[in-house]
Amino acid sequence: MNKPPIYGVMAEFDNPTSLVNAAREARARGYSRMDAYSPFPIEALTEALHLPKSKLPLIVLIGGIIGGLTGYLMQYYVTVIYFPINIAGRPLHSWPMYIVITFELTILFAALSAVFGLLALCGLPMPYHPTFNVPRFALASRNRFFLCIQARDPKFDRKATEEFLESLNAREVSEVAH
Amino acid sequence: MADERQIEEELQPTPVIAPGYTFGTVTDQIASVVLTRRTPVFWMACFAAGFALLLLFLWSVALLLTKGVGIWGIKIPVGWGFAITNFVWWIGIGHAGTLISAILLLLNQSWRNSINRFAEAMTLFAVACAGMFPLLHMGRPWLFYWMFPYPNAMGVQPQFRSPLIWDVFAVSTYATVSLLFWFVGLLPDLATLRDRAKHRIARFMYGILAMGWRGSARHWQHHEVASLLLAGLATPLVLSVHTVVSFDFTIAIVPGWHSTFFPPYFVAGAIYSGFAMVLVLAIPLRWAYGLQGLITDKHLDNSAKVMLATGLIVAYAYVMEIFTGWYSGNVYEAAAMWHRMTGPYAPAYWMLITCNIAAPQMLWFKKVRSKPIFLFIASMVVLVGMWLERFVIIVSSLAQDYLVSSWRVFTPTRWDWATYVGTIGLFTFLFFLFIRLLPMISIFEVRTLLPQAKIEEDGK
Repeated sequence: MNKPPIYGVMAEFDNPTSLVNAAREARARGYSRMDAYSPFPIEALTEALHLPKSKLPLIVLIGGIIGGLTGYLMQYYVTVIYFPINIAGRPLHSWPMYIVITFELTILFAALSAVFGLLALCGLPMPYHPTFNVPRFALASRNRFFLCIQARDPKFDRKATEEFLESLNAREVSEVAH
Repeated sequence: MADERQIEEELQPTPVIAPGYTFGTVTDQIASVVLTRRTPVFWMACFAAGFALLLLFLWSVALLLTKGVGIWGIKIPVGWGFAITNFVWWIGIGHAGTLISAILLLLNQSWRNSINRFAEAMTLFAVACAGMFPLLHMGRPWLFYWMFPYPNAMGVQPQFRSPLIWDVFAVSTYATVSLLFWFVGLLPDLATLRDRAKHRIARFMYGILAMGWRGSARHWQHHEVASLLLAGLATPLVLSVHTVVSFDFTIAIVPGWHSTFFPPYFVAGAIYSGFAMVLVLAIPLRWAYGLQGLITDKHLDNSAKVMLATGLIVAYAYVMEIFTGWYSGNVYEAAAMWHRMTGPYAPAYWMLITCNIAAPQMLWFKKVRSKPIFLFIASMVVLVGMWLERFVIIVSSLAQDYLVSSWRVFTPTRWDWATYVGTIGLFTFLFFLFIRLLPMISIFEVRTLLPQAKIEEDGK
């Protein structure tokens, strides 16, 4: 696969509304490989960019189930098989006493999978990303909003895409080096 | 149509953030506390005080490790003394942080956005202080790992039917989940600091911690889902933690401990003392750093109301405790209540009633709630009251149980006090390090509170 000469073209906007409108417009023009950057979560972007639903809830559910099973089976194994203590003939499989630790481990595993799942789905840690090559991109974590159309997009054309982005009320349009 | 708009405007709730802020100024104001080169005198003074007390803590721990728990006043039958009192008190304080960050998030209370960060930090450090006590109280803290089930050559395993082992799992899960939740919330703000830091080392450190966060729409989508899920997980967790802590008492048969209403009673007390601590921290901080526009009077007012509400639940629990003692018909239960009110710990008991029930009734008045100085004093009073409550429950019940011949009154030694005051130092030390190194208000969540953050839909 030959790499395109640049990563993409990036437009800078003043406010969230322009960014959402620009994303919708770009989608309408047929661009599909792009990403929007903002200093806070904007719900409308998910719909504007046609982002698929997050898989995180499923990951957390699986993590929680594994945690619960681990907690229960660990206690069962220790109290019934490995280290049984006969206290006045009481049953060894005393499940009501297992509830607390089963619950705690469910929460612990679910929370760990939420955080590691979040990092994995976001592709973090990622020390380098081409967008950081744009000096003004530092403002994406302050008060500016960016839309970046990638060169991998089948409709991408260095000149036409730049002109298109400029037509969207962008403050500034710049190329993103690899 | 004009009337309709006017009515709509009137119905709008008052904004929680002072008007006039923009994305830029919010970011700059909060980040500047961390990124400035000049450290304010207020910070220096508080940090120095915390550090001095931390040294006292280290001194008493060193002495404890060399001489043993005998340096404390604990003698059978009062084996739990100050250590467990402090443990329950500290962990309760932590609960308000989780309540603010998780439960209020689920309830869509957006005013929490400017106090949740430091409240979560408070949780984390309070749990760290709480964890010290059971550890030190073990006598041989270096063998703490015996409480975890791991394959070992001794062929023994922890007793999973004991509430004390439940406590180990509950508190360590709570500490871990609080840390994770805090870090997930910090991630976007660390990216802000990375982009704004001037100093090379600072930029590098924040860059490593931010892990390459770019604020992409995909990042935010997963981030929002993760925050909600973590909040949903932390909510039952926080309720379970103090419930399990109360099991340490209720599952024992000691009169004054053995009752079914301890779990809700403990959780309400935890949130009560936790909100008191939030106010004790927020009032001086917003004054010292000029953050009145972000932590507004409305935040203080709301926190005071939560404090009043949980305080009333606690008051109800006190009444029920006495009622149950009498109504049970059990002479030992009735005697335990009677000893509390008239026995050797009567001064502590009546002081806790004054601090926790009588004094907070001032908070009914808006005049009191709108004066930060009064709120600060009321919160201090509540913190003292809640500490006394834990002390009275633990110590008075143990000191006079079934056998009159084994009664013995507990008197704290100076090392009891030194360890306790020392953890206040540890807390202050960690908290002020946090204030200096990380943004104490969640920047990205405050940005969402601004009116500019709303998307204007045209033509729809």
